[in-house]
Amino acid sequence: MVFGKLFKKRPAKRPGGDKADRGLLVFENTSEVIRAEKMLTAEGWHIKVMGPPPEIQRGCDLVLEFPLIEELNIRRSLEDAGTAPLEVVPVTGPLLSPVDLFQVKDFGEHLMVRAANMKITVEKSTRTIVNISGGGCPDVPYIAARLIGHTLDDAPRPRDIGHTLCGYALNLAFDKAVEQCSP
Amino acid sequence: MLAVVGTIPDPDAPLVDAPLALENGILTANGMPLPPDRGTPALLGAAAVACAHLGIDLPHALLVGDEGLGKGSRALYAHLERILPDRGYSTLAFHYLQPDVDWHNRVLLAVQTMKPCPRLVADAGFMYAAKMSGEALAYDLFTPDAGELAFLADETAPHPFYTRGFILQDDSRVEDLVGRAYEHGNAAACLLVKGSVDRVADKTGVLSTVSAPSEEAMEAMGGTGDTITGMACALVEYGLPVAKAGHVAAQANRYAGELARPNPGSQIGDLLPHLPAALARAMKEAR
Repeated sequence: MVFGKLFKKRPAKRPGGDKADRGLLVFENTSEVIRAEKMLTAEGWHIKVMGPPPEIQRGCDLVLEFPLIEELNIRRSLEDAGTAPLEVVPVTGPLLSPVDLFQVKDFGEHLMVRAANMKITVEKSTRTIVNISGGGCPDVPYIAARLIGHTLDDAPRPRDIGHTLCGYALNLAFDKAVEQCSP
Repeated sequence: MLAVVGTIPDPDAPLVDAPLALENGILTANGMPLPPDRGTPALLGAAAVACAHLGIDLPHALLVGDEGLGKGSRALYAHLERILPDRGYSTLAFHYLQPDVDWHNRVLLAVQTMKPCPRLVADAGFMYAAKMSGEALAYDLFTPDAGELAFLADETAPHPFYTRGFILQDDSRVEDLVGRAYEHGNAAACLLVKGSVDRVADKTGVLSTVSAPSEEAMEAMGGTGDTITGMACALVEYGLPVAKAGHVAAQANRYAGELARPNPGSQIGDLLPHLPAALARAMKEAR
């Protein structure tokens, strides 16, 4: 057992493996970077100040590396503090942008909207959220429990109670459902 | 024994490392009720019902409360790293967990010291982390839906939210996406792709499909993918080859839907009572 532990191999990782789940926060100027870094560090986030990759054409010459999955939560903290980033990009592909394609399916009495891996279903006559499905981050069941049974008007917004990229995707689907179910 | 690792949507729920109990239709672990409405409890509900039907031990649950901040998931990862080397599970399934590449790799290392190494199933957040880590091939089964398959097929995407538009899900392109996922090493040995047509695939391509009966409303119901994965885990533990387990689970889920006659507002609890009859029919046909 001891020898096994001594010689066991760490799984091989793909290029940029350790950073595959990290993102970059891009800010207008260095003061904002410093303010954001101070605030996020105080909140316990594992972040790092670094130089931007060449693909990033906007902002100053410093960026913050952060856990990408928790983008929604971190973005909300920064916006509340008046330090919203100019841009948020994944380390694995600084040119990647959030999904902006939606699929809308009409079931007659119900309408389902899908954004990326998230789906929200609304009863059209009452605008009541009847189902939420998809996703893989732990805030999805948490958000679903708080939205199902409420109308699009009185339900909390996923962006206000979610924390992860799945919550973010669900918020896009939610906004699209509001648009589709407008009187 | 089958063990299932996941989260429950209550930040105050403690870490639970206990066998499941199923009495009078109520699912509990260490005395904690687990209403199987969505997420990991839905997977556990289906797996428990399937195990009971198959006459094998109910799954062992490794759970923690997490509302998406990741604190619970990280506590559970640390627990797994510590306890797994001394556990003897034959099938180990990972589900709704905060995706974290570093913790994924530490847990996988612990799994690889288990003797014998269990068959590994991943879905939801842990599947995302497995793909991001570049270790997808260490797994026996992934159970993505169409959107998640597009994410597996996009070698640059760190999460389905960032899947590139030209790859995005389109049922007519599923076979291409399966090929692309394998080409970049981002798929498990076997894939069960859940969708309007369910497909079981491996690196050689699509092995089988299940398309009937079709209850369109199930696409909108939260948890229907979790019940397929839960049954697949139970069938793997029962001894079916992984691809066959995936096929039977997909077929049984459709039969359960046919029996439940759901509408888009139906909840997963409406489906679970029909799983034993559905599973019996699907298994009989698969013989």
